[in-house]
Amino acid sequence: MWHTVWSSLPELISAGIKYTIPLAVISFALGLVLALITALIRISQTKGPFLIIKAIFRFYVWLFRSTPLIVQLFIVYFGLPYLTIKGVFPDGIKLEPFTAGIIVFTLNTGAYASETIRAAIESIPKGQWEAAQAIGMTRFQTLFRIIIPQAARVSLPPLSNSFIGLVKDTSLASTITIVEMFEVSQQIAAENYQPLVMYCTVAALYAILCTILSFVQSWLEKVTTRYLKPQV
Amino acid sequence: MLRLKNVTKTFGTQTALKNITTEFNDHETTVLVGPSGSGKSTLLRSLNLLERPESGTYDCDGIELDFAKKITKKETLAVRQKTEMVFQDYNLFPHLTVLKNVMEGPVHVLKEDKQTAKKRALELLDKVGLKQKADAYPNQLSGGQAQRVAIARSLAMRPRYILLDEPTSALDPELELEVLKVLLELATEKQSLIIVTHNLEFARHVSDKVLFIEDGQINFSGSKDDFFNSKDPRIKDFISAMTLDNLN
Repeated sequence: MWHTVWSSLPELISAGIKYTIPLAVISFALGLVLALITALIRISQTKGPFLIIKAIFRFYVWLFRSTPLIVQLFIVYFGLPYLTIKGVFPDGIKLEPFTAGIIVFTLNTGAYASETIRAAIESIPKGQWEAAQAIGMTRFQTLFRIIIPQAARVSLPPLSNSFIGLVKDTSLASTITIVEMFEVSQQIAAENYQPLVMYCTVAALYAILCTILSFVQSWLEKVTTRYLKPQV
Repeated sequence: MLRLKNVTKTFGTQTALKNITTEFNDHETTVLVGPSGSGKSTLLRSLNLLERPESGTYDCDGIELDFAKKITKKETLAVRQKTEMVFQDYNLFPHLTVLKNVMEGPVHVLKEDKQTAKKRALELLDKVGLKQKADAYPNQLSGGQAQRVAIARSLAMRPRYILLDEPTSALDPELELEVLKVLLELATEKQSLIIVTHNLEFARHVSDKVLFIEDGQINFSGSKDDFFNSKDPRIKDFISAMTLDNLN
């Protein structure tokens, strides 16, 4: 059994480095940017035509939170090639599997994380806004210099949850022909007829990856809460 | 000089300020007293535009505003550079050190260079007796220390007027005294101060002018001597309720 494990590791790890980790890291980074933009638009106080943009972002968050991730992957990768738009996409929207994966994981992360960030921003006491405005800061300065640095600390644990969730969710990318870790484990199991060993091995690899991330989270939490300690 | 004319502010169905007309003189300490919910904090916050009255005019040391019209961002920022606010619960920025709290406005709003701002911030912290806490974070300070940092932060913006909203209400008497000493020093230096307070003893000590506010109206405006010797039964009741005179 151990021989099977050891001999499959190089292939599994290389798939992890080539696909699983890049999918998770790139999608999470882009997803966070999208989430921040979405959160800021949703808490903005602007009225008038801007309300339409606000409604669009609300719809986006609703859509991606209300449908299964695997269905989203299928629509974008298998479905969009059938969407023909005259002049723009006459032959349908055909995406590389990796690109389709990045798009879906980014949009999905953005929808969930935007709610986390919105809640974190709203949890910062009103007095912080007032104090910043009283010294003459603009709304933009207040957000980026006073509110978001504090909200980042608040949102760190739930965002870490999202990231860890995303690392595991990348296994769904195997369904759209991306040869990430889980896909490779399936392929090896089909050759050596040892599904139990193979799937346990890949499970262990995901667990190791997520454990490392938990450590990073604890360290980040320690660093970012330093200022809350009562003693110097 | 700050001048309010016919200023009215409502919160829903409740009128917080009823047709207020008054002025605040330069280099004087004006104290706003009155029962809780009388509108004195709302009046003070209107001077910094943290509250927007619906009608009336405001002449903020030459910046003329009509509350019935839209106030531009530029006007708002101009008013906020002339008036600084000190809050009851300090509202220091918890993620910044004491020094950075004081430097934040000068560097990012007034665009002073960092070295100049730092030098002055340290001078101001020295003035409020907290130079040794420059590298501490707000959570590591006592309430009295935090409020003194907040005063230094407001001074750093070189405001014409400092507005203080019950600056010592969250403090126990010993810490309150630390803060009052700093305010007394500022008053002696002729810094223009406008203070909402429940501490009548302090008002009797430092104020040049007292405004007594009740139900959103100014029911007395005059010198502290006239206020504390007033024959008006309502003012007499208020003073005796706020001091220990009525205990025996």
